[in-house]
Amino acid sequence: MEKISLHIDGKPVQAVKGNSILNAARQNGIYIPTLCYHPKTGQAGKCRICVVEVEHMPGLQVSCSLEAKDGMVIHTNTKRIAETRKMIVELYLSNGKHNCISCEANGVCELQEVAYYLGIEKSGFPVVEKDMPVDTSSPMIIRDMNKCIQCYRCITGCNDITVNEVLDMGFRGSKMTVICDTNKPMGKSSCAVCGECVQLCPTGALIEKKAVGKARAWETEKSRTTCPYCGVGCQINLHVKENEIIKVSGVEDVEPNYGALCIKGRFGYDFVHSSDRLKSPLLRKNGKLEEVSWEEALDFTAGKLLEIKKAHGPDAIVGIGCARSTNESNYVMMKFMRAVIGTNNVDHCART
Amino acid sequence: MKILLKNKEIPDSQSIEIYSGRGGYAALKKALSLSPEEITSIVEESGLRGRGGAGFPAAAKWKLLTKYRKKTVYLICNADEGEPGTFKDRYIMESDPHLLIEGMTIAACATGAHHGFIYIRGEYLRMAKALVKAIEEAQAKGFLGNNIMDSGFSFFIDVFRGAGAYVCGEETALIESLEGKAGRPRLKPPFPAAAGLYGESTVIHNVTTLSFIPFIIENGPEAFKAIGKLGRGGTKLFGISGHVNNPGLYEYPMGTSLKKLIYEAAGGIKDGKRLKAVIPGGLSSPILKHDEIDVDMDFQSLHSVGTMLGSGGIIVLDEDTSIPLIAQKTAKFYAHESCGQCAPCREGTNMIKFLIERIVTGSGTEKDIEQILRLCRYIKGSTICAFGYAAAMPIETMVKKFRSEFEAFLRNS
Repeated sequence: MEKISLHIDGKPVQAVKGNSILNAARQNGIYIPTLCYHPKTGQAGKCRICVVEVEHMPGLQVSCSLEAKDGMVIHTNTKRIAETRKMIVELYLSNGKHNCISCEANGVCELQEVAYYLGIEKSGFPVVEKDMPVDTSSPMIIRDMNKCIQCYRCITGCNDITVNEVLDMGFRGSKMTVICDTNKPMGKSSCAVCGECVQLCPTGALIEKKAVGKARAWETEKSRTTCPYCGVGCQINLHVKENEIIKVSGVEDVEPNYGALCIKGRFGYDFVHSSDRLKSPLLRKNGKLEEVSWEEALDFTAGKLLEIKKAHGPDAIVGIGCARSTNESNYVMMKFMRAVIGTNNVDHCART
Repeated sequence: MKILLKNKEIPDSQSIEIYSGRGGYAALKKALSLSPEEITSIVEESGLRGRGGAGFPAAAKWKLLTKYRKKTVYLICNADEGEPGTFKDRYIMESDPHLLIEGMTIAACATGAHHGFIYIRGEYLRMAKALVKAIEEAQAKGFLGNNIMDSGFSFFIDVFRGAGAYVCGEETALIESLEGKAGRPRLKPPFPAAAGLYGESTVIHNVTTLSFIPFIIENGPEAFKAIGKLGRGGTKLFGISGHVNNPGLYEYPMGTSLKKLIYEAAGGIKDGKRLKAVIPGGLSSPILKHDEIDVDMDFQSLHSVGTMLGSGGIIVLDEDTSIPLIAQKTAKFYAHESCGQCAPCREGTNMIKFLIERIVTGSGTEKDIEQILRLCRYIKGSTICAFGYAAAMPIETMVKKFRSEFEAFLRNS
């Protein structure tokens, strides 16, 4: 990788060629606050919080979008920059409902984080609270556009990452807001409820319905695991409080899903705590299902399979793989059917 | 000296017969015999600067193509005339459309564009119809379309009507709109020369900039330069409105004094009133007080007194005008027209509007005035496009230069 040399805040630094000024700064441990930028959705240039000054360039430059070039002299925290950032955050705080007390995003909200970094406790501008109805029509997602900061992350996620193409920005100026399809309620739109938008939202504008009121962000522990639903093996974090799953998020930055999940992986975790969940094999004895050991269940099944094979031949048996099993399990299943049973009658529930 | 308004008093000036009968399309014929480099150097030599507002040298846009040229070059005429107080392009498009078509075709020869678009403000239906008719006439006569005047060069023009957003006058918002998307400016770089319409190289000029080109080609760069005061290049259309006796559209050499325009061209202040202030270049240009109008109307002179030539829309305000109420209308306009894409502009213009409304309705405080100035100061330079400047500059100067008027509203509360 080719390196370039530049000056950031009077410090000579090196960065990988082709990176934005923001990334070049981050590579060198220099903090530049951001709101609309997310590594996955890339440059946005919407919030203007990450502005910097570059010598010999007019005005302020957006560090998330401008490529760092060899020899650049960059200032990340002049008075003008600090005042601009402060103005923007104060405007955000004035033009929306950003009261943190009961907000689900409290503690993980990026607007809160930037306000804290800039030392803003209260906006200097009069508060002109929005009063837009909260959209609760989706089965899994609550959209409170009063908390939206128009960062476009959810829109980029929906259109360019999961390619569901539901979200877009509608209207103009201060009326501008994220819309679903042609401004339908989310629950009546073509939304596939993958929750990518929720994962990318920097504030509490998009939250998981099932998690409301269950835990503050700092009360949960993240437990990384693999999604049990299909062979893709998406990496997920279970947010757990007192042995209860509060919500699920995708793990960013790792294969195979890079944070993206489907409706099942993100929202379908109720079965874990279900009282109907099977915890041991059941065998019908005298017309009644009884709990038995794995040994007994396997011996019984093997015996029956052998009986059928003997009486009717191997092609009397069919094996159907399960979509919730891993690729490896499904492979073993196929091998078992062909090599042990001796039939090609192998199929998979996800094929139909 | 009239270049753009030379046919103003001629009946049926919009018809191709009148236009070509008065020497029209001779410049195109000449241009077709020249190489693109020759046309470019003539226009460069003339010093023609963009007349839409920013004043970027016209030929410099063409020369960018030597570095950034893609497979296709599109030529766009920015006819989204939306700057309040501006009404110059509409005259050309309605009354002398062939001047624009000829200018565009010559610019196409210089840039190698084979397809041009006129992006016209949605409300300009009559002008759009006049343009479509003129394009058909020009095609029928062989001045436009395939194999223009047997030169082997082809160029087509489409008229595209906008949907009513002021911000679509910003070139990248215009391109987005032309592509069928919402009119929201793009992040720059890349600039249109490198990646414009459909990602191809794109050259964008204002209506009046393009309309100067036939004159320059026909008469040479020296003739154009000789018109402007101290070689400041050609004439300028001034749309004078407000409290004057003869509001209207006037063509004067670059560098004509603002005072002369108001008192000679426009016949002075209406009803014998005294002058209070002038907005010299469309609403977004910083306001001038009555004692600041001894200034030449050209890019440099106006810049040196802290304002700009802009679109040349001169709004004259008499002594009875309340500047806070003008500021209120201005703030309302920009808050309404902000595309909403970036935070300082979307939230800032809305907050300025809110604060000014609070002041003029008698419930403002001294702090509100300070907050307005704070907003104006930091919106400038922090937004995606120049809209932020356009919204902040007029308000900032109105408050600074007429602060006592704003304070009077506070005292009345």
